[in-house]
Amino acid sequence: MTEDLWSLHDTHEAGYLHVSTESKEPYAADVLERLRADAEVVIARYPEKRSALLPLLHLVQSVDGYVTGRGIDLCAELLDLTTAEVSGVATFYTQYKRHPNGDYTVGVCTNTLCAIMGGDRIFDTLSEHLGVGHDETTPDGKITLERIECNAACDYAPVVMTNWEFFDNQTPESATRLVDELRAGKDVVPTRGAAKVCTFKEVSRVLAGFNDGRADEGVGAGPASLLGLEIAKQQGWHAPSDDASGTGAPAQPEVPAGQTSIDSPSKTTPTDAPPTKPAGHDTLPGLEGKDESK
Amino acid sequence: MTDTLTPILTRLWDAPESWKLSTYEQHEGYQALRQALTMTPEAVLGAVKDSSIRGRGGAGFPTGLKWSFMAPPDGGPRYLVVNADESEPGTCKDIPLMMANPHVLIEGVAISSYAIGCEKAFIYLRGEVVHVYRRLLQAVEEARAAGYLGENVLGSGATLDIVVHAGAGAYICGEETALLDSLEGRRGQPRLKPPFPGAAGLYARPTSVNNVESIASVPGIIRNGADWFKSMGTEKSTGFGIFSLSGHVANPGQFEAPLGITMRELLDLAGGIREGHRLKFWTPGGSSTPIFTEEHLDVPLDFDSVAAAGSMLGTRALQVFDETVSVVRAVARWTEFYQHESCGKCTPCREGTYWMRQIMTRLEHGKGSQDDIDKLLDMCDNILGRAFCALGDAATSPITSAIKYFREEFEAGMHTPVDVLFPPEKSMLFAASDTKESSGMVTA
Ligand SMILES: Cc1cc2nc3c(=O)[nH]c(=O)nc-3n(C[C@H](O)[C@H](O)[C@H](O)COP(=O)(O)O)c2cc1C
Ligand code: SF4
Ligand code: FES
Repeated sequence: MTEDLWSLHDTHEAGYLHVSTESKEPYAADVLERLRADAEVVIARYPEKRSALLPLLHLVQSVDGYVTGRGIDLCAELLDLTTAEVSGVATFYTQYKRHPNGDYTVGVCTNTLCAIMGGDRIFDTLSEHLGVGHDETTPDGKITLERIECNAACDYAPVVMTNWEFFDNQTPESATRLVDELRAGKDVVPTRGAAKVCTFKEVSRVLAGFNDGRADEGVGAGPASLLGLEIAKQQGWHAPSDDASGTGAPAQPEVPAGQTSIDSPSKTTPTDAPPTKPAGHDTLPGLEGKDESK
Repeated sequence: MTDTLTPILTRLWDAPESWKLSTYEQHEGYQALRQALTMTPEAVLGAVKDSSIRGRGGAGFPTGLKWSFMAPPDGGPRYLVVNADESEPGTCKDIPLMMANPHVLIEGVAISSYAIGCEKAFIYLRGEVVHVYRRLLQAVEEARAAGYLGENVLGSGATLDIVVHAGAGAYICGEETALLDSLEGRRGQPRLKPPFPGAAGLYARPTSVNNVESIASVPGIIRNGADWFKSMGTEKSTGFGIFSLSGHVANPGQFEAPLGITMRELLDLAGGIREGHRLKFWTPGGSSTPIFTEEHLDVPLDFDSVAAAGSMLGTRALQVFDETVSVVRAVARWTEFYQHESCGKCTPCREGTYWMRQIMTRLEHGKGSQDDIDKLLDMCDNILGRAFCALGDAATSPITSAIKYFREEFEAGMHTPVDVLFPPEKSMLFAASDTKESSGMVTA
């Protein structure tokens, strides 16, 4: 964040980010009207309107593709803030862009774990392939390459995020293919996420709190997320007094008052059936229902 | 003895459409809320207190106690804010939880809000996970339509609304007071404590900030009772938690187990260290917790045992590194992270992380000087306990612990680049010929 503070000093216009003159051109009337209507919805969510600033900045990016001067003016006006206050917030957070972003942000996790597992190599490969460095955009305006910090998917390292959708277990080859497809204008599908990666502007609108109807797309969990659950099912392990079949019917009588369940673990009761195989879940052969007595 | 693994929060993750309300309802979903609404708020709070559950966001403060420390009701608003910022390097449990089963969190929020007298709760989600945001937004809509949220929840007279708020990329916003500033539309910088959020938090009103996993554990406690919860874990670290194994293990993944399981057991479940290699070092609770080595494999992973062994349970983010990894390289990268994420509010952290990064980079390139190790330790000493928030302290953890266990590698940094001693290819997953293909990347 400290670098962000410094670069604020470089701006020529007090209160603005690095903005080109066109970023201060007024919005077209219809665009402005829609922005104001959306902003009203955002502001109404919060007890105090300043709380709407982060989503409103995402909203500005959903229209402009970055945080523009006019976007800052609008936020300031809507929330009764100064433009300097709005800029101060916008420069603090890495998801707010100070110059036009590509249609797709491709963020390679280069925090320690991913970096070591291959993230550094992936970043270098993409950087060379695309001819851009960190936070730079390809001349065709398609891709902004970034180094990102840990994105809470370390069990799928090395991780690449494309417009904040997960691409798990990446290699230099798969990541190169990903950017090539994006530049060719093809749809790409994240490992865990929507049925396709939406554009930066579309995703920014979701981040402003406007759902796009894609919540039901994609998987519930990836294989690494399910590993422990799968092993537990194979072994017949479960929480005390918890019905292993997950149907909601009590698996055993209540533990008598005063006696903790430690003294009568449910797994020794005969009524406690071995786990059943849920739909869409493959159990390793030979392990089903094993170890009930453990 | 309880079973080795106890899937509770993770239990539905493999169900078809696990994220839907209908799926959750088929598996006892929202029964705990119905039950809670028949109890007094005090009794609900009492049950959580009796369970002795300690916060799952890292610090391990008892959740029930935190709630009971909130300023007494004065007729004005009181807030519950769920910390879903999950950005601590290595931590990857809350995000899959909310992606696969957002309703267990929503139900937890509803019950917890009822217990503390909150009518408007917030979930502060890091902004870099758009699909999780979609799932949470939809889950709140579904819950509202079903009468679990809104005015007069399930006819009880209680009111609750939940706002799911997306952040915009800043690790420091996971610190609870920085999170509140961010939620108020400001730069995410920590606040002076006291006043604690329980006295003056969001909009200066009594507020409880709790981790996703803490709140998601509440429905189980209400449904099965405090004794059920305490039948798992250890005396002072009750219950279960999600343990996240990543790095150089054969099968990385999430393992939900009673607190007190050991790394040896977990490694076994993960298929051991990747083939042909051995364990070198690991973090018990994310990059902010001092590293451990092979000698700590049998430390019970509960709050007190890990602390007694010189680290912290943190978020149970077990990042595993084998013998191919340079500890200097790993620590240098974490130090870069802390420098990048330092909010700049206080001098020891803002300046300290900057200088520590310079030294770590020098050592990484084999250009360290004679007194760099002492200088690093001296800086850590000056930051620890003097920084305004725990981020500054955290920045010192990897450095001091790595010097403690691997001093010779820091000494080598005075003359030999890490890449010479530890060729990076050896640590990569795709260095071998069996390049692992991604399951993503399909074109339409
Ligand atoms: C730099 C920093 C980052 C943090 N990030 C998170 C986070 O992402 N999620 C979280 O729950 N707690 C995080 N915490 C801890 C919170 O300050 C707070 O202790 C926690 O949310 C309380 O919830 P709990 O009592 O349920 O654990 C962080 C703390 C610091 C100092
Ligand atoms: S310790 Fe670091 S992150 Fe925390 S207040 Fe100080 S500068 Fe900010
Ligand atoms: S280190 Fe890359 S996702 Fe965690």
